[in-house]
Amino acid sequence: MRILVGVKRVIDYAVKVRVRPDKKGVVTDGVKHSMNPFDEIAVEEAIRLKEKKIAKEVVALSIGPTQAQETLRTALAMGADSAIHVEVPAGELERVQPLHVSRIISKLATEGKFDLVMVGKQAIDDDCNQTAQMTAAMLDWPQATFASKVEKDGDYLKVTREIDGGLETIKVGVPAVISADLRLNEPRYATLPNIMKAKKKPIKKMKASELGVDLTPTIEVISVEDPPVRAAGIKVDDVDTLIAKLKEAGRV
Amino acid sequence: MMLVRPGINKCISGFGGRALTKETKKCFSLNSCHFKVSACPVYGEDHREIQNTLKKIIDQDINPHVDQWEADGAFPAKEVFKKLGNAGLLGITKPTEYGGSALDFSYSVAANEQLGAVHCGAVPMAIAVQTDMSTPALARVGNDRLKREFLAPSIAGDLVSCLGVSEPGAGSDVASIKTRAERKGDDLIINGQKMWITNGCQADWICLLANTSAGPPHRSKSLMCVPMDTKGITIAKRIDKMGMRSSDTAQIFFEDVRVPADSIIGEEGMGFTYQMQQFQEERMAGIALSLAPMDLIINQTIEYARQRQAFGRSILDNQVVHFTLAELQTEVELLRSLLYRAVESYVAGQDVTELVSMGKLKSGRLVREVSDKCLQFWGGMGFTNEVLVSRMYRDLRLLSIGAGADEVMLGIICKFMGTLPAPAR
Ligand SMILES: Cc1cc2nc3c(=O)[nH]c(=O)nc-3n(C[C@H](O)[C@H](O)[C@H](O)COP(=O)(O)OP(=O)(O)OC[C@H]3O[C@@H](n4cnc5c(N)ncnc54)[C@H](O)[C@@H]3O)c2cc1C
Repeated sequence: MRILVGVKRVIDYAVKVRVRPDKKGVVTDGVKHSMNPFDEIAVEEAIRLKEKKIAKEVVALSIGPTQAQETLRTALAMGADSAIHVEVPAGELERVQPLHVSRIISKLATEGKFDLVMVGKQAIDDDCNQTAQMTAAMLDWPQATFASKVEKDGDYLKVTREIDGGLETIKVGVPAVISADLRLNEPRYATLPNIMKAKKKPIKKMKASELGVDLTPTIEVISVEDPPVRAAGIKVDDVDTLIAKLKEAGRV
Repeated sequence: MMLVRPGINKCISGFGGRALTKETKKCFSLNSCHFKVSACPVYGEDHREIQNTLKKIIDQDINPHVDQWEADGAFPAKEVFKKLGNAGLLGITKPTEYGGSALDFSYSVAANEQLGAVHCGAVPMAIAVQTDMSTPALARVGNDRLKREFLAPSIAGDLVSCLGVSEPGAGSDVASIKTRAERKGDDLIINGQKMWITNGCQADWICLLANTSAGPPHRSKSLMCVPMDTKGITIAKRIDKMGMRSSDTAQIFFEDVRVPADSIIGEEGMGFTYQMQQFQEERMAGIALSLAPMDLIINQTIEYARQRQAFGRSILDNQVVHFTLAELQTEVELLRSLLYRAVESYVAGQDVTELVSMGKLKSGRLVREVSDKCLQFWGGMGFTNEVLVSRMYRDLRLLSIGAGADEVMLGIICKFMGTLPAPAR
């Protein structure tokens, strides 16, 4: 089995983002970026499937500017075998939406004869949670989203999914698309020897146009706003006042 | 939607919900403010990759325990070092034959800069003792037996090391140490004592500086590897300190301690010279370690002062406050640049003693200024043990004393400037 795993370069989870003055996005210049944490989980799972001999090869894919190669190097240092970088100049990055990403992934999955596509359930920058689903639709492959456990079951994969109110276990045939949820695994970190080895692993570069994917946006961002600032609370002296205040506010 | 991974103090969510979790309330993620990715001219992708790995270990395996270790007055060096050893981080510059990665010193500096993200001074100091203080000479000039027995397992994180230079009667004046190692047949017999030895209570071996002959003080000393469980070694005292609380600092006695004569690192009589070379790496490591804590407490002070109100506005809105913080951050950036310049020259093979001494001096002075001025803006909170700024105020105070006091640095700089009077007779 060959696995294609998508990794997105996003603003690091610890960075407090700031809205750009033009309100069309957030400030990204000079801000620390790293691999989308859910994608890290997807990479980890793909590598584990390889270690369990369920998969033969893991290829990491990233769509983004030159720096996306750093994200790919991280995936390679974790244990992916090779990588594909679909280069989108930094200035055009905001045009790329889940629909385009899904088109690129499905094209590469078909051309590269992959058996499994793995991605994070969502990226922490836009929180879209669309790529896995749309990719599955375009490929007409079964999808197992929000996976918290992936096991082999004969010719099938048995996937435990986190759904509202519990866990659901499903069986999917391959080829399939899986999206990783938070509790699927704890990703390893790249060791220094593996970081050095990753430098020798190949990264194939291509452009979206070579894959016949048009990056014209289908969604227009009208405005990006800071979340509202939480108003200051008040202190009350005793339970009676608390209840009175809650009643006043119409909460009890 | 916000998700918290159990066991890891990190939140994953969209831009709207990047608040910190309860557990991280006291810890404050680095880079959480305006601060930009540091752009050292000698740092490339691999340096950042090393920093990323180290950051993960710090976030998962170190910072969540620091408060407890500080309260206990000890941290489990074996456990922590093993994790770092497994990730290849204790042998960055060391030869590959002994498990290292043979990278140049800039990689080690990058790692040390990241180590500064640990929420105390003690743990990074203990790690730096292992990587940049007790092992550089061994790696450079040690014989194969010593490297196999002491270096390789220290790189793997299986052994903890310490450095024994200072004595009760000789700190700044290294040349006047009294500990002796006399040759008897194929052995050395060691007598004397060492003071202030970091990792001393937990260490498996010590990189010891002792007199091996009676000659002139700069040619009479040798560095040697001595297993700490050798007969005749007594840990007399675990020193109670105002800061660096979770680091063990020992006073150690040596009484007829016998080791094979080939325990000497490199050439006999060259110990002082090796130690002076070893000091350069130790001091650059020290400067690198001091940067992130300063960024961190400045950033935390901004956040605290922004939300704290007095006289109808935030503390931060007073010009004396935001200007002071801007001034301090400027100084930090200047120090960072000096370090990078020194590292660049060092990697290019130049003698950096003067620049490194200047950096060490400035780092010792600046951490005091930054931690003191920041602490002030926290008011009473700054005087409690609840906040990082007070811990850093205590921990970082050591930098002006250890690894060569400020005045010793000034002496070295004066030597280079040709202004140091001849030594008193
Ligand atoms: C927490 C801690 C950890 C340490 N870890 C280690 C370790 O692992 N291994 C090790 O070998 N040592 C270690 N040390 C020792 C440290 O390196 C010495 O404390 C330091 O070198 C200063 O020596 P001293 O304490 O003997 O001070 P002294 O030499 O007595 O100096 C006292 C003061 O006198 C002043 N002074 C000294 N010389 C001059 C001068 N020429 N001109 C003007 N003023 C001067 C300085 O202000 C100095 O601070 C550690 C110390 C501490 C506190």
